[in-house]
Amino acid sequence: MSAGGRRVEVPGDSAGSLRVYVPGDSAGSIRVYVPGDSAACSVGADETARAIVREAAARGTSIELVRNGSRGLLWLEPLVEVEREGLRRAFGPVDADAVPGLFDAGWLEPGAAPDHPLAQGPTDAIPWLASQERVLFARCGVVDPLCLDDYRRHGGLVGLERALRAKPAEIVDEIKASGLRGRGGAGFPAGLKWETVAAAAGDEKFVCCNADEGDSGTFADRLLMEGDPFSILEGMAIAGLAVGATRGFIYLRSEYPHAIRVVRRAIDVAREAGWLGRDVLGSGRAFDVTLRVGAGAYVCGEETAMLESLEGRRGIVRAKPPLPAHAGLFGRPTLVHNVLTLAAAPFVLAQGSAAHHAYGCGRSRGTQPFQLAGNVLRGGLVERGFGVTLRELVEGYGGGTASGRPVRAIQIGGPLGAYHDVGDLDIEMDYERLVEAGGLLGHGGIVVFDDTVDLAEQARFAMAFCAHESCGKCTPCRVGAVRGVEVLDRIRAGEDREANRALLESLCGTMRDASLCAMGGLTPNPVLSALARFPEDFEGSPRAGRGSAAAMAGRQEDER
Amino acid sequence: MEAGEERAQGARSRDPEREGPRPAADPAQVAAICREHDDRPDALIEILHAIQTRFGFVPETAVPAIADSLNLTRADVHGVLTYYSDFRREPPGRHVLRLCRAEACQARGAERLAAHLTTRLGIDFGATTADGALRLETVYCLGNCALGPNALVDGERLQGRLDEARLDRLVDALCEGADS
Ligand SMILES: Cc1cc2nc3c(=O)[nH]c(=O)nc-3n(C[C@H](O)[C@H](O)[C@H](O)COP(=O)(O)O)c2cc1C
Ligand code: SF4
Ligand code: FES
Repeated sequence: MSAGGRRVEVPGDSAGSLRVYVPGDSAGSIRVYVPGDSAACSVGADETARAIVREAAARGTSIELVRNGSRGLLWLEPLVEVEREGLRRAFGPVDADAVPGLFDAGWLEPGAAPDHPLAQGPTDAIPWLASQERVLFARCGVVDPLCLDDYRRHGGLVGLERALRAKPAEIVDEIKASGLRGRGGAGFPAGLKWETVAAAAGDEKFVCCNADEGDSGTFADRLLMEGDPFSILEGMAIAGLAVGATRGFIYLRSEYPHAIRVVRRAIDVAREAGWLGRDVLGSGRAFDVTLRVGAGAYVCGEETAMLESLEGRRGIVRAKPPLPAHAGLFGRPTLVHNVLTLAAAPFVLAQGSAAHHAYGCGRSRGTQPFQLAGNVLRGGLVERGFGVTLRELVEGYGGGTASGRPVRAIQIGGPLGAYHDVGDLDIEMDYERLVEAGGLLGHGGIVVFDDTVDLAEQARFAMAFCAHESCGKCTPCRVGAVRGVEVLDRIRAGEDREANRALLESLCGTMRDASLCAMGGLTPNPVLSALARFPEDFEGSPRAGRGSAAAMAGRQEDER
Repeated sequence: MEAGEERAQGARSRDPEREGPRPAADPAQVAAICREHDDRPDALIEILHAIQTRFGFVPETAVPAIADSLNLTRADVHGVLTYYSDFRREPPGRHVLRLCRAEACQARGAERLAAHLTTRLGIDFGATTADGALRLETVYCLGNCALGPNALVDGERLQGRLDEARLDRLVDALCEGADS
């Protein structure tokens, strides 16, 4: 593109950073960050980036445009940052239309435009961000996701270098001492798993990164994959060294096209730089990573279904034992972890287990990336040590509902998590206390609903979702969920309510006790919690809600 | 909804309007795609993705060609093809709009938009407009749950903060530009 005779490149897509160099412009270096993250791009970040390049060129100003990840302040996206003299100032949400006005206000000058309505001040001082404990997400939104120099400058590869100097058992001990627990949902101690896989006999072992992130209300894996993918690869390499695996697989859901692009590119960059492949950082030891893309099945997030899918088959859950740690992918000992668990390993190795253990409370150590979602005013990623209250998250960070109506229900932990009422706002969020409150933390998603929600409809949706996503292997789940939908329909229609309620409870009991995996086993969570806490919704005629029952009916159309 | 049974029988999104003679896939092209994946049976899902990217769907005629290349039975290939909701077995229309209808988007009004879309386009989810311009599908979570309601266009373009007006503009653009 030619603007006023000056050569300017235009960013083609959300993955490319570029320099707009205007010959003859002698101004000091101005760096402008516009996230290439898919959340930011879903609300216009690409258009904003193009508008900035256009204006800069038209005004004869040289800038360096960086497509960073998201800082996780999603309600402010597109969040644009201007870096001058080492200080980053934020503006948001910046639509393409707002760009000329920002230039008119001189926003690129150091400290300029502080009174502009979109000005948020120095990014690191925004209270929403400043009060967080960013460990896993320390680099996310700060760096250029695919720039290895950035990665190193911000502490990357220190953990892997230490792991290369250590004995495998020392790495395992460090992870054990850190108190790290699996972030995929079950919260199983990571160190124990590493120890089991390390001790398992096998000519070949694997590390599998579970990036299926199917839970509604969760997006932390995606943010990290798009904003700091090297941290995940580094974690996998450390895990490989510890357990004796030379190959890793990432199972990434197909619903995340941009994450797929970024991770694929990150693997190439790491290989070219020699820290993945046959000779990791010149150590003579091998570790390489293959990316595999899912195909739209929620149950493939379950680890054994994921392994089946990685082997090219239908994602049917395997009976345990054997544990994947003993006989996993292709029958070999396999370490399966969520994205966030693996990404915690570099920090533990670099800073030491005590630094990790210092965050959190009780038996839940470290930080948890909570994801504020649904009908919430200020949604996004809040990384805090375990023990922060639900109230701080929903009312403090979240600012209540986006609709301005009262909060009525909060679903924590995805489609298998419980619905909570506002009486639960003082729960201190850790694994144990959520279980005591009849719920679960899952992958840390928090979905807020206002007072127009109909919990009977949500309960029906939970059953219908289970029926739809069931792998079909066991009867309590496959048939139970279908019956559950029917019984809930009868309750909602006011038919023989007491008898049907008893039937629903006994059905849920069977699903809970007799299902092979947590898909069928935990679907009673949202159903029974809705029934126990919001009984009024199961009593009258259906509320005039938004109709999540229709969401499932729509799916039935799809299935015909 | 008998999801388990459906899977077992392999009944998947079939659009009655678009039944009729199915386009065929050239077995040589399919074999070439398999070869790019070293004819590895564990790459079956990758191969199906690649075929769908190439043809817009996975033609029935591709099944025996894949089975030959990977040394699997046709039933194996068919089983995988019908298990995963990503794979289409008929041409999808020129554009595909997948509206997220999972909990976090429900909380932000996704069902209102779903009703708006079906009324406006005169089709249900899982169907394609009569002129073949747009197929409407349901998806459960696109990982943008703080900025819903959301839709994914043509498997690539994520659109957030949707309301009726934004959705109408999007649909207009897709339907008008459908031939280009
Ligand atoms: C139905 C179902 C879906 C699941 N989906 C995911 C997922 O998307 N991502 C994930 O990491 N774990 C998921 N899990 C949990 C995995 O089975 C497994 O526990 C986890 O990947 C282990 O990793 P971790 O130790 O890091 O938690 C799911 C479990 C079930 C039953
Ligand atoms: S509980 Fe459901 S998803 Fe899990 S194995 Fe049984 S049928 Fe499959
Ligand atoms: S629930 Fe719609 S994007 Fe997650």
